[in-house]
Amino acid sequence: MSDFWDDVRQIASEVVAPFKGLGTIGAKVIEKKTTVQYPEYRRPMGVRARWRHVLNRYDNGMEKCIGCSLCAGACPANAILVVASENTDRARYSPGERFAVRYEINMLRCIYCGFCQESCPTGAIQLKDTFELAENNRKALIYTKEMLLVPDPNRERVG
Amino acid sequence: MTFQEVWNQLFILPADQVVWWAEIVRSVLRLLIALLGGLGSVPILVWLERRLLGWFQGRLGPNRVGPQGLFQPLADALKLMMKEDIIPTNVDRTIYVLAPAVALAPVIMSLTVLPWNGSREWGAVAPNIDVGILFLLAVASIEVYGTILAGWSSNNKYSLLGGLRASSQVISYELGMGLSVLAVMLIAGTLGTQNLVMGYDLSQPHSLLPGTHLTNGQAWIDVVAVGNTGYTGYQHNIASGIWDWHFLRLFPFGLIATGIYMISMLAETNRAPFDLPEAETELVAGFHTEYSSFKFAMFFMGEYANMLIVSAICITLFFGGWLGPWGLLSQLPAETGLYITPGFADFINNCVIAPFWLFGKLYALIVFFIWVRATFPRLRYDMLMKFGWKGLLPVALANLVLIAISLAIQEVARPSLGYAGAWWAGQIVAWAIAAAIAGILFYLKYTQYTAQKKAALTTDLVVAPIRRPSVVVPTPSAPAPEG
Repeated sequence: MSDFWDDVRQIASEVVAPFKGLGTIGAKVIEKKTTVQYPEYRRPMGVRARWRHVLNRYDNGMEKCIGCSLCAGACPANAILVVASENTDRARYSPGERFAVRYEINMLRCIYCGFCQESCPTGAIQLKDTFELAENNRKALIYTKEMLLVPDPNRERVG
Repeated sequence: MTFQEVWNQLFILPADQVVWWAEIVRSVLRLLIALLGGLGSVPILVWLERRLLGWFQGRLGPNRVGPQGLFQPLADALKLMMKEDIIPTNVDRTIYVLAPAVALAPVIMSLTVLPWNGSREWGAVAPNIDVGILFLLAVASIEVYGTILAGWSSNNKYSLLGGLRASSQVISYELGMGLSVLAVMLIAGTLGTQNLVMGYDLSQPHSLLPGTHLTNGQAWIDVVAVGNTGYTGYQHNIASGIWDWHFLRLFPFGLIATGIYMISMLAETNRAPFDLPEAETELVAGFHTEYSSFKFAMFFMGEYANMLIVSAICITLFFGGWLGPWGLLSQLPAETGLYITPGFADFINNCVIAPFWLFGKLYALIVFFIWVRATFPRLRYDMLMKFGWKGLLPVALANLVLIAISLAIQEVARPSLGYAGAWWAGQIVAWAIAAAIAGILFYLKYTQYTAQKKAALTTDLVVAPIRRPSVVVPTPSAPAPEG
């Protein structure tokens, strides 16, 4: 039970409503579009974005990774393979006793959770903001140590 | 036979003077024009829809393939044709394969009577057909069978629900639509599509003498001489224009019929807010869930071509077809002295000016379609039925009766009062009846409300005892003993 004229007003507003809606949507055409034209323009990535992994080095060019396999153990998707080997005085890769001979990440399995980064005792592995990772075959998505390792800052680039 | 004779046979002579082979060639040419205009517009419509929907939603829409994304529909079509054509195991094979054709064929069939200019030889695929609107109504109703058959034969619950919805939808809106079309037939007094637009049954193109002025209260047409050739042409004169189009005639009854038709043409094309048969949120993809590859493309093409067709019907019926918004803009004015040869004047009038207005109106209407789709949410199933049966049908019926009354009075009063006087006489009676109906309905509703209010004030308020389920409050149990 409601007032008659209230209901009349209600019905009148309901008749007008679709046209109001058309006006609202029509005004959208001249508004500025929110689309970013991606390959040409990019939005800045968040500072804590978790995308492609890198293996870091110390300032003197030594690899931070000591081949402890904690990242492989922490990985919920079982995507990381670490094969460690002893450092010798002739061939020294990392400051510790051991280093990673093979370090592979299967990016098809990786879920970008960042557990490897958290578990790493030396801060060797880190997820950075490179996100364009598409390839057209599976093999290319198994990243090897050479692909993951950042370039040695002390070594001159030749050629 | 010289080239000039062949040319005359094919393009110049009136239809009743040409030989049989020229008539066949003319028919094929007209058919090609119609197919090009009808199915050729489908990619443009797809592009327009996707681009405009993007704009309405604050996006840009496809803009990468070709200039402004114009080749996007071609890429889509190519993709669809490259896909595997899957026929599921348990479908009713014959009907399943037939359904897309049943959906597309009526659309192409209805192209035959849609006029694109006033020419008796070139104005449509079948320009002189007398029952054009009847044909359109008949053919447009077949289209829904494609949807229903697809839903039935797919052997899929969602498809079946989509098909059922399509069939219940078609019976709820087609009555209102038919009645609104009938209203236009009453106003125009003809079923031929070209006559409907022109307001005249000009079946013999060169029978009237130059200098004749035709007027019937709808269109004011001058018959002008074409050079010294002995042929005549028609010219809509300065007194005719947008106010002669059917949506403004017998105001506001023409407008109401237009509104009803425009609502039901949304329902006819299964588009938002009436896209129940393919409601993505409820029915996967509705009737075409099981269709892939080219069969899906046929449904898609049928839907968009149908959108074009119903817009064209709407323009033909209500918005003056190929005519311009002012009589003089509908053709080359005879005063310019350009009516030198029949070929030249006809060419400019029929191939340049008429398509310009026609396609302008057509695309304006289609933009409106897309705008509506971007604005309104989908109606619920029962809301559509209620809207069709309890909203559109009574309004259309009352509108039709009022138009009939107005026209009957005008017919009687015309000899004594002339066109304008008869118009006012008929309209005032119709307006009075409409106002009386509205007043009676309003009064009935008002008394109902006041009676209810009075009853509520006089009767004691009976408070029903509130029964709550007895809630057992759990007592806190003793803490579990340690150890």
